[in-house]
Amino acid sequence: MKTPLWKRLGFYAVVAVIVLQALFPFYYAILTSLEDGQALFDVNYLPAAPDFVNYRTMLTQGVFGRQILNSVFVATVVVIFSLALAVTAAYALSRIQFRGRGLLLLTVLSVSMFPQIAVLSGLFEVIRFFGLFNSLWALVFSYMIFTLPFTVWVLTTFMRNMPVEIEEAAIMDGASSLTIIRRVFLPLMWPAMVTTGLLAFIHAWNEFLFALTFLSTDSQRTVPVAIALISGRSEFEIPWGNIMAASVIVTLPLVALVLVFQRKIVSGLTAGAVKG
Amino acid sequence: MGKSRSLLSRTRTRSAWLVLLPMLVTLFVVAAWPLGRTIWFSFTDASLDLMADAQFVGIRNYLEYVKFGDEDGQYYGLLADARWWRSVWNTIYFAVVSVSFETLFGLVIALVLNQQFRGRGLVRAAVLIPWAIPTIVSAKMWAWMMHDQFGILNDMFQRLGLISEPVAWTASPDTAMIAVMIVDIWKTTPFMALLILAGLQMVPQDIYEAAKLDGVPAFRTFRRVTLPLILPAILVAVVFRTLDALRVFDIIYVLTPNTDATRTMSVYARENLFDYDQFAYGSAASTLLFLVIAVITITFIMATRMDLEGKRS
Repeated sequence: MKTPLWKRLGFYAVVAVIVLQALFPFYYAILTSLEDGQALFDVNYLPAAPDFVNYRTMLTQGVFGRQILNSVFVATVVVIFSLALAVTAAYALSRIQFRGRGLLLLTVLSVSMFPQIAVLSGLFEVIRFFGLFNSLWALVFSYMIFTLPFTVWVLTTFMRNMPVEIEEAAIMDGASSLTIIRRVFLPLMWPAMVTTGLLAFIHAWNEFLFALTFLSTDSQRTVPVAIALISGRSEFEIPWGNIMAASVIVTLPLVALVLVFQRKIVSGLTAGAVKG
Repeated sequence: MGKSRSLLSRTRTRSAWLVLLPMLVTLFVVAAWPLGRTIWFSFTDASLDLMADAQFVGIRNYLEYVKFGDEDGQYYGLLADARWWRSVWNTIYFAVVSVSFETLFGLVIALVLNQQFRGRGLVRAAVLIPWAIPTIVSAKMWAWMMHDQFGILNDMFQRLGLISEPVAWTASPDTAMIAVMIVDIWKTTPFMALLILAGLQMVPQDIYEAAKLDGVPAFRTFRRVTLPLILPAILVAVVFRTLDALRVFDIIYVLTPNTDATRTMSVYARENLFDYDQFAYGSAASTLLFLVIAVITITFIMATRMDLEGKRS
């Protein structure tokens, strides 16, 4: 029994609409980023006389290059810290029986439900107390609130599904927890760590509210805030070409990451949600 | 043997708390303590510059009756503020409408991706792209596409004959909320689709074979077999997205700043905290938003009796 032609055509029409709506806005951003002057204000569907002047402006004038480095620094350090803290915690939560374990995991998980705005005023005070205002460390520190619960949760589920035998010998030899984590689990954990690390990186790269609040000078800002604050002298002089060039620059690495690690990211996202 | 086992398990327990400590301390300093301080500030007269000396003022930030004369008086505070209630309504409206459309579109995309067809991998990759684009970038991209004079969206709709003259999508109060919701739906439908797809892939294939052999129409199979089986996955996705939508901030801050039409609870709270120097008042708004989300989360955990110990897996 073969599917009738109209049904197959209908199916591919739906597929085409799905792909088109997903890709068009980014395509149009790229198109705009390659236009300058008057060309910007004519609606085009296909590139006409592409020009890299917007990219040159963004990367050579002003502090955008510096801001990219800020974002790279924050996201990388966030990934390292949250993985280090989460792997040890996940070991205790998954491999050692002790009272209050379930409640503890529930508490950690509930932190991921916190609206960022609910901790904003308290966190602002803490950050000023530690003298971190307008420092990138303020972001590294505050981003733990969303990367840690998720990372702990996914790594705990991952470790729980490993057989008891792999650490039995080490326990009997009297190896310490840290040794067991480093020697036995770390080499087996790479798949889960790559997934959670990637998601933490993406989250930290995209974060806006804390970055907007805890940093105050242009040269300290991360890219999302930088892009949000690009403005012209008046509403009619907003440099759309520059904004789109900046947008493409910060998005391309992410799109590349997502495409390369597609499977890992999908499994990480669903592990974070569905396994509940 | 028994004695050494218990000794071993006791040292294991002690080391468990030891390796947990760094994570717990971090979470305490970034989450629990700041939350407690926010709630405390909401009962004080704290301002941005004077946080340490904040004085307790009771529930004045939430509600206060001020007497003008003998008979006359007026209520002040968050609960008597029409702007606050407007932003509560905006938030709920935004969350309900956006999440509904995201679920619907997500379901359609998941059903398509669950089929075997050529180029499926590429389509799945394409679908993921909106999710990968930073929220701020999405908001700027759409702000440009929705530009009232030079935007491509007006051009498209005019060519298709859907509108007769250009629409000021983000600037006009009538369409500002629609604009925000379009961007949110576009950006987060992939997440929904992926979660539902994960649910779909757990449905055993032979069910479909059996239904096909019995000549059950595809739509009936979907409604009677597939939908009940993937409903748990959909529900989890809906709850996650709803919690996310209730705290929406970035899109609105960038796309439609300073309009009553789209001001949500988060935007309202931040405005008061840092722009209007009403730190205590903004903290009260933050606290209320936290309460709303906490109630929904607890209800959800109770309702699904989440499997925390991993006993059922």
